[in-house]
Amino acid sequence: MKHVNAVVVGAGAGGGIVAKELAEAGLSVVLLERGRWLTAFDCRKDDLRNQRTSVLGNGSGPDDERHPRVIVDQNGRERLVRASEPGYNNNAACVGGGTLTYGAMAWRFMEQDFRMRSIYGCPEGSTLEDWPITYQDLEPYYEKAEYEIGVSGDVSPDPFHAPRKKPLPMPPLAPNREHEILKPAAKRLGLHPFDIPMLRNSVPYNGRPACMRCRWCVGFACEVDAKNGTQNTVIPKALASGNCELRTECVAKEIINDSRGRATGVAYFDANDRLQTQTADLVAVSCAAIESARLLLNSRSKLFPNGLGNRYDWVGRNLQGHGYSGAFGLFDHDAYDDIGPGAGIAACDYNHGNKGLRGGGMLANEFIRLPYQFVGQLPASAPRWGPAHKDFMRQWYRRSVGVKGPVQEMPVFESRVQLDPKVKDHWGVPVVRMSGYKHPHTIELGRFLAGKAEAWLKEAGATFAWKSVTGPGLSGGQHQAGTCRMGSDPKTSVVDKHCRVHDVDNVYVVDGSVHVTNGGFNPVLTIMGIGYYASEHIVKAWRGAKGRG
Amino acid sequence: MKQLQQLRRRRFLAAAAAAPLAGCGGRKSPWRFFTTEEAETVSAFCEQIIPADQDPGATQAGVIHYIDRHLMGHFRRYQEAYRKGVAAIEQASAARHGKRFAQLAAGQQTELLNGLTGEAQQFFSLVVAHAMQGFYGDPRHGGNRDAVSWKMLGVPLIPVRGRAQYDLTKPQGSRT
Repeated sequence: MKHVNAVVVGAGAGGGIVAKELAEAGLSVVLLERGRWLTAFDCRKDDLRNQRTSVLGNGSGPDDERHPRVIVDQNGRERLVRASEPGYNNNAACVGGGTLTYGAMAWRFMEQDFRMRSIYGCPEGSTLEDWPITYQDLEPYYEKAEYEIGVSGDVSPDPFHAPRKKPLPMPPLAPNREHEILKPAAKRLGLHPFDIPMLRNSVPYNGRPACMRCRWCVGFACEVDAKNGTQNTVIPKALASGNCELRTECVAKEIINDSRGRATGVAYFDANDRLQTQTADLVAVSCAAIESARLLLNSRSKLFPNGLGNRYDWVGRNLQGHGYSGAFGLFDHDAYDDIGPGAGIAACDYNHGNKGLRGGGMLANEFIRLPYQFVGQLPASAPRWGPAHKDFMRQWYRRSVGVKGPVQEMPVFESRVQLDPKVKDHWGVPVVRMSGYKHPHTIELGRFLAGKAEAWLKEAGATFAWKSVTGPGLSGGQHQAGTCRMGSDPKTSVVDKHCRVHDVDNVYVVDGSVHVTNGGFNPVLTIMGIGYYASEHIVKAWRGAKGRG
Repeated sequence: MKQLQQLRRRRFLAAAAAAPLAGCGGRKSPWRFFTTEEAETVSAFCEQIIPADQDPGATQAGVIHYIDRHLMGHFRRYQEAYRKGVAAIEQASAARHGKRFAQLAAGQQTELLNGLTGEAQQFFSLVVAHAMQGFYGDPRHGGNRDAVSWKMLGVPLIPVRGRAQYDLTKPQGSRT
């Protein structure tokens, strides 16, 4: 196998962008992806088998057979979990990663989100910290992501958004009925509602059509390719450059490093389970927070007996996601109009400046709930089965609205990804062992945000509303972040401010792993921004020859 | 050719002769996983979970087909839970009423299910989850026959609305 300049592991939000930026700069790139290149045809609009509802399996991977994990609950009980089961904290395994099937909210973090410790101080039992970079450092890269991947929406009515140079490239989608119900109520409450920025075409853009407003959005691949991910934007560009080779169904085993501690390439299992080695001048790890940490931990050598970059035991620490909290309301009129994607209106009034609290979260209406999803979203007082349950479904399915938000979590050192000492995956590689909990202040923030959501729904005319507050268990899921913290001190972080592993000058981690804190927002646009930001640094710092050796 | 026909006839006769014998050990079940009796019991659970009223219930929606099909597929790991769970509830039914669960009056069934504890209760929660999937999920998986639940909820039926009704060259996918 020919030597290349760079191996990028993982073709998701981060890795897709790194591959494209490096390839277009003239570096030879191999992009490894454990999943396949799926199309909407492969991911049928199946309401029991998709990335949101996986009772019959994951729609876009990974499969249940080959990728187990071990989850340790708060009582110390451990259990083996399949990829489609609750608790697995799945993201996806396919070209595009989570961006193939996500809801596609395209949030920039706020300025405060990068300076959480300075603003609020660290609560006891947390590792809350400032980022080593600021919002201003990332601003140009947020803009690049918005224009190259494609974002619609209008944040101008939101007085809280961080300073930006350009408006979004596409206007928002027309409001659906929920949006129209919620907007005047928000204004009466003194909130500042606006159209959610979305990585979704509202008008034809980048040669692909506009959203057709179907109900099968979050959890599904878009049938008309109007949802923008790395699989239909930067990855095709990377391939078109002639410098990037995408290898699908290739599962990374470890990063190989030499006696001086430099990475020399990646060992992986190909589609036929054969062990291969791709040598490279540099390695970018973009497997999402849980698997990126696992890959580093599995990359052991004489110099790094506890895993690459893990000299101070920080790899895999501070795993966080979002403690989603909110409320549901029942109305005496239809709220459902079958106009997707469903979510459309948000308010950022509660992200910061909440008295006595550290941070908060954005509030938005929910994506369309397919019938089976509604079964599990009843108030605690409602019966779980029998004639009354059926009647509840019939009465309220079309007359309910959900408002919720991603609560910014207080990172916890004990919430972590390790390697399980016993369990191996299909290829004999140690699997992830996850354990930990949410910080009590995260729960407090959840209760606060749920109360605000309930008040919004009641103001909008809900005759009955109930809160849903995040539980105390470990977070991660599709918003997983934090396991390879970015920082200036190698003793309390894993990568430097350019995403380079402290101890190893040619290994980068480029995904949500590097997030010091995860904002009160869906994190994907930040992951994409960091992808561009880190790539620019890699290209600028490049001193070697370009092309295949 | 004639030999072949004779052979076929002989085989048929042999099969016919064997049939009553097979009957002694229990009828051959038409189900993939369940025995005929188990299917009756689980159907009765499902009808309790989602009873017919002005709209069809679990039986008419064919929820049992969903469960039976997936017990031989994605739900393989629950086979034992079903086998043991059904037997346990049958035992409770026989002990209390001297009848099989499916033969109890609806009120007796409800009472028995509400009184379940421990493992039997856990098993029934599993059936509740599966019944909900079979009733409210996509008909392609064997339940929700004729999309009865979607009709009940008022969800437009055509699973893929089709792009024919949209003009994708205009903003926001306007309807044509």
